[in-house]
Amino acid sequence: MITLLSTWTFGLALGFVALGVFVSYRLFSFPDITTDGSFTLGAVVATVLLVAGVDPLLATLGGMAAGAVAGSCTGMLHALLGIEPLLSGILLTTALASINLVVLGRSNVPLSGVPTLFDRGEKLLLPLARGLGFAETDAGEAARLGCMLLLAALAVLLLYIFFRTRLGTAMRAGGDTPSMARALGRNTGLLTIAGLAIANSLTALSGALVAQYQGFVDVQMGIGMVVWGMASVFLGAALVGPVRLGGALIGTLAGSVTFRLLVAAALRAGLHPDWLKFTTAAVVLAALVAPRFLVRRPQSQSIR
Amino acid sequence: MLTLNSATVAFSAPGGPLVRAVDGVSFTLPAGTFAVMIGTNGSGKSTLQGSVAGTVRLDSGSVQLAGHDITRWSEHARARLVGRVFQDPRAGTAASLSVLENLAVAACRGRPAGLGWATSASLRSLAAERLGSIAPGLEDRLDQQIGSLSGGQRQIVALVMATWHRPELLLLDEHTAALDPAAADRVVQATARLIREQNLTALMVTHSLKQAASLGDRLLLMHRGRLALDVAGAAKRRLSADDLASRFDRLRASDQLDDTAARTLTELYV
Repeated sequence: MITLLSTWTFGLALGFVALGVFVSYRLFSFPDITTDGSFTLGAVVATVLLVAGVDPLLATLGGMAAGAVAGSCTGMLHALLGIEPLLSGILLTTALASINLVVLGRSNVPLSGVPTLFDRGEKLLLPLARGLGFAETDAGEAARLGCMLLLAALAVLLLYIFFRTRLGTAMRAGGDTPSMARALGRNTGLLTIAGLAIANSLTALSGALVAQYQGFVDVQMGIGMVVWGMASVFLGAALVGPVRLGGALIGTLAGSVTFRLLVAAALRAGLHPDWLKFTTAAVVLAALVAPRFLVRRPQSQSIR
Repeated sequence: MLTLNSATVAFSAPGGPLVRAVDGVSFTLPAGTFAVMIGTNGSGKSTLQGSVAGTVRLDSGSVQLAGHDITRWSEHARARLVGRVFQDPRAGTAASLSVLENLAVAACRGRPAGLGWATSASLRSLAAERLGSIAPGLEDRLDQQIGSLSGGQRQIVALVMATWHRPELLLLDEHTAALDPAAADRVVQATARLIREQNLTALMVTHSLKQAASLGDRLLLMHRGRLALDVAGAAKRRLSADDLASRFDRLRASDQLDDTAARTLTELYV
């Protein structure tokens, strides 16, 4: 029971990476490698702040803000200096590898004895978990899951509202068809910078939450995160089908949880953990290639 | 009012000769003029329109619009004054957004977008009214993704978007070229009606001699980066598609003559 609950919690925590990749890759068609670096950055900044005695909520927000800065740097490399999306992200992630190490001071730090966001949430939701009939051994984990569910719901709601405002709609238009957005007076460079800032703040939030949930931070923890996010986005899209913004956001979270559950099942069935990243990459490859074989494209795309 | 002063745009392929795509073009479109521009392939008409839209920078000369010198303005800054419809409906509308969301972005043209709800009830009723009056039936499809509309319908929505706020200049870049004849006709009628109703200043580039003869009150013919013909008023009204076709033939013939002459000279002297 407790493993199932923690798999859900972990899947939701990583769901913020998926939401970030949804914003950068789905809305802006920007394959953003910064994800790998900003995930760790969020974890590192939140950890350093927590260890220094900062309030867990503020420390988490601090990690998010650092991610937003990283994302806007990638956006600026692309929009202002004309560097390709992939290369912009690679440059930032490489630079962040040093920054993360310097900020943290060493390659890993435990968070034992430091109050985290989950300790606080657990205290708050424990009576509810007990009330729902969870056994005493599971109640703590259930409360942490409830805490994560609330955060995820809040994130989806805020993203949905933002992307339905005039500014958010202009951002989606700019990501979809830049020529249209420019012809209607939008500075598509600025919109891309803002979009990547949002995407990477979500990724950094995920890093900050994962660090607090697992109780330690490691400078290697972000490796492969962008592929994880893509796998979740693709899986989510397959789960919910062609839907509007709201459905797609919820589907992305569901994709992350489903993927985490599949991974847990595979590990239990005997998959060696060393093959985890390989499996993730294989799933993304399958998702990229499958449509070519499954969907019969119309012969020509003539305009009528 | 749009004024071009000795507008010049030069391109050079690496190692190739310098080509003046637009070679010192000057003209003025007084407010309320509907000008139609035609030209042979490579005549510079698209480059000229790009230099007004802001996608192409002038190497020399200037562009003035409604009292502003916009020569150095960025493309998105010019959008405050200019409404545009592209040749490809996919370039002028965002396929994954609904019809209403596309219109919502157009309703922010030249204004700060802000954090208000994009698809407000007031926008919805105004959109239904405007779309319904120009293309009955479209007002029922506001919530569909615009990508699910036909090319002709998308161009009509694009026209409504470009003129949602009255632009100082409406730029139409061969906006019926990608459509079948029936759809092109409907889009042309919608165009003429919007320009007439809002008394717009418009510059329409077209490849269709029929459209060039029947539409507008000014005709500009581009050839080799220059204005080869500029007719207005009664002379424009008398001009028929046949007249234009014979003009075109003469220009093409002179092109060939020039090419042959150039080749002969090269053979003789190099």
